[in-house]
Amino acid sequence: MGGVNTRLAPYFLTAPGIVFFVALLGAPMLMTFLLSLHSYDFNTGIQSDWTFANYIEVLGDSYFQKIFGRTFGLALLVTVICVLIGVPEAYILSKMSSRWRSIFLLVVLGPLLISVVVRTLGWALLFGGKGLLTMISQALGFGDAPVSLMFTFTGMTIALVHVLVPFMVISVWASLQKIDPQSEDAGYCLGASKLTVLRRITLPQAMPGILSGSIIVFALTASAFATPAIIGGRRMKVVATAAYDEYLSTLNWPLGAAIAVLLLVANVVIIASYNKLIERRFAKVFE
Amino acid sequence: MSYLNFQALGKQFGDFVAVHDMNLSIDRGEFISFLGPSGCGKTTTLQMIAGLLTPTTGKIFLDGVDITETPANKRGLGIVFQSYALFPHMTVTENVSFGLEMRGIAKTERLERCRDTLAQVRLEQFSDRYPKELSGGQRQRVALARALVIEPPVLLLDEPLSNLDAKLREEMRIELRLLQQDIGVTTILVTHDQEEALSMSDRIVVMQEGEVSQIAAPLELYERPASTFVSHFVGKTNLVQGQVTALNEVGINETRLKVDTGQRAPGMAVQISIRPEKFIMSTEEPGLKVYVETAIFLGASWLYRVNGSLGELFVTQPNTGSARYTKGDTAWLSWQEGSLTLFEEHA
Repeated sequence: MGGVNTRLAPYFLTAPGIVFFVALLGAPMLMTFLLSLHSYDFNTGIQSDWTFANYIEVLGDSYFQKIFGRTFGLALLVTVICVLIGVPEAYILSKMSSRWRSIFLLVVLGPLLISVVVRTLGWALLFGGKGLLTMISQALGFGDAPVSLMFTFTGMTIALVHVLVPFMVISVWASLQKIDPQSEDAGYCLGASKLTVLRRITLPQAMPGILSGSIIVFALTASAFATPAIIGGRRMKVVATAAYDEYLSTLNWPLGAAIAVLLLVANVVIIASYNKLIERRFAKVFE
Repeated sequence: MSYLNFQALGKQFGDFVAVHDMNLSIDRGEFISFLGPSGCGKTTTLQMIAGLLTPTTGKIFLDGVDITETPANKRGLGIVFQSYALFPHMTVTENVSFGLEMRGIAKTERLERCRDTLAQVRLEQFSDRYPKELSGGQRQRVALARALVIEPPVLLLDEPLSNLDAKLREEMRIELRLLQQDIGVTTILVTHDQEEALSMSDRIVVMQEGEVSQIAAPLELYERPASTFVSHFVGKTNLVQGQVTALNEVGINETRLKVDTGQRAPGMAVQISIRPEKFIMSTEEPGLKVYVETAIFLGASWLYRVNGSLGELFVTQPNTGSARYTKGDTAWLSWQEGSLTLFEEHA
């Protein structure tokens, strides 16, 4: 083997992948960014000038500020609820006998097996003014007024938690699998109660899984499109649906591009700093 | 005066009998080893003592008190697990002080006792490290400190040395034994390593398929094994088949050996066990004539495989500085009276 060949081999081997990513991810992202730097005129369309006006508009407008606030608020809330539901779920799964575990794991992963549109429309049937929720409330005698969660923040939260909990469960479950079961026994033998063992021994060791699960859920919620579009509608816009509307309804592509870029940057900043925090906290503790 | 006592202790998993009708009485300060191949029930027994498994039958008494139903977190025994089971998210000090914290001991006293115990296992300077930052031997000593700091009535060791390399394992055997004698804590060691059991214990309980095969002090166990299983499992041995031909005489093929046959009638099939190091090998007669098939140098000794009228035998001789026998040589074997042990065939 020649020295030069050996040195270049990794580049040749990764070249197909790199080309793929540059062409299909890098190029559209760069074009979106360049597009966001143009101004837009309702009569003549996209101008050929270079300006930060779109960014200034989005950042300065209280309408967009509210949408950004709502998006990251939603992401935070969904993440917290996923932790509260997913962590106990994963813990119970890990204590099940293997036969039941495989059945319940399938149940947990169920939402991921259904197309996002079908699943969300299913929720719309439940949430709508003539939906199951209304029928139950009327049957139970809570009055005749329809109970609708359509176009509400609550409705969006429920639908997003439903589809994102599996990511939390899988992530926490993976880290629970790595725990030495004898470390729990060691805790009991040293005099700790079951609850203390759970709180002081098991949960801290599952922390890396909880934190990485949170990152996944947060990122997916902040950039979610289909569920907010169907359940939230035009009344409850999030950043992704706002960008979509700028592109397709207003036809102001540069403004939509600026919104998209800002969402990406905000997401990257939040997740990267969170990740850094975790690494600093756990580098010494876990392999 | 018996301190820890098992009465008809047994454990069954479904149809599988892991431990059957075990009776044992252990004195205060004694070092007992449970020795046996994997699956013999030794770890199950340890877990029943710890309270991690509930016995199917029988009772366990500690200092006269029935603890059979006492949950693990109320028994207060010290355990060192095979994997050490340290808490990876806690420092060495936090690991060691956990048991004291559970006992509601004030922080200053906790830290003081941790420091003392860590000094006993020579780990003072590692108190702020995480388990991940320690070597295998150091982790093992943290686990030991964590078990000892609570001053347990009984210390349980579940194959504590099996994850260490050979040299460290030998050092730790001595260190652990000295520490145990120093503190005087009643200790039960579970191991499949006969050398470990022989070198550390006051008494050894040999187990096989859930049953106790023999309980004896190390020397007695080695010299007077109660069955062919024990003689095989504890140390190496040569087993040859034969039958009683007369009083105190056993015939193997054409060879007649002098062995104490007790009351056994002529014609009875028996096995004779002789340990490889009991042979005296000589280049001259008299003795049992054998041919050297292989000579393996082990450093301190030579291991020979020889063939003669008793069939194939293994012989160990101390290394005296020169290679005395090589392949194809003829040699004569003799032994001191009492070196042979006789078992009835089915034993």
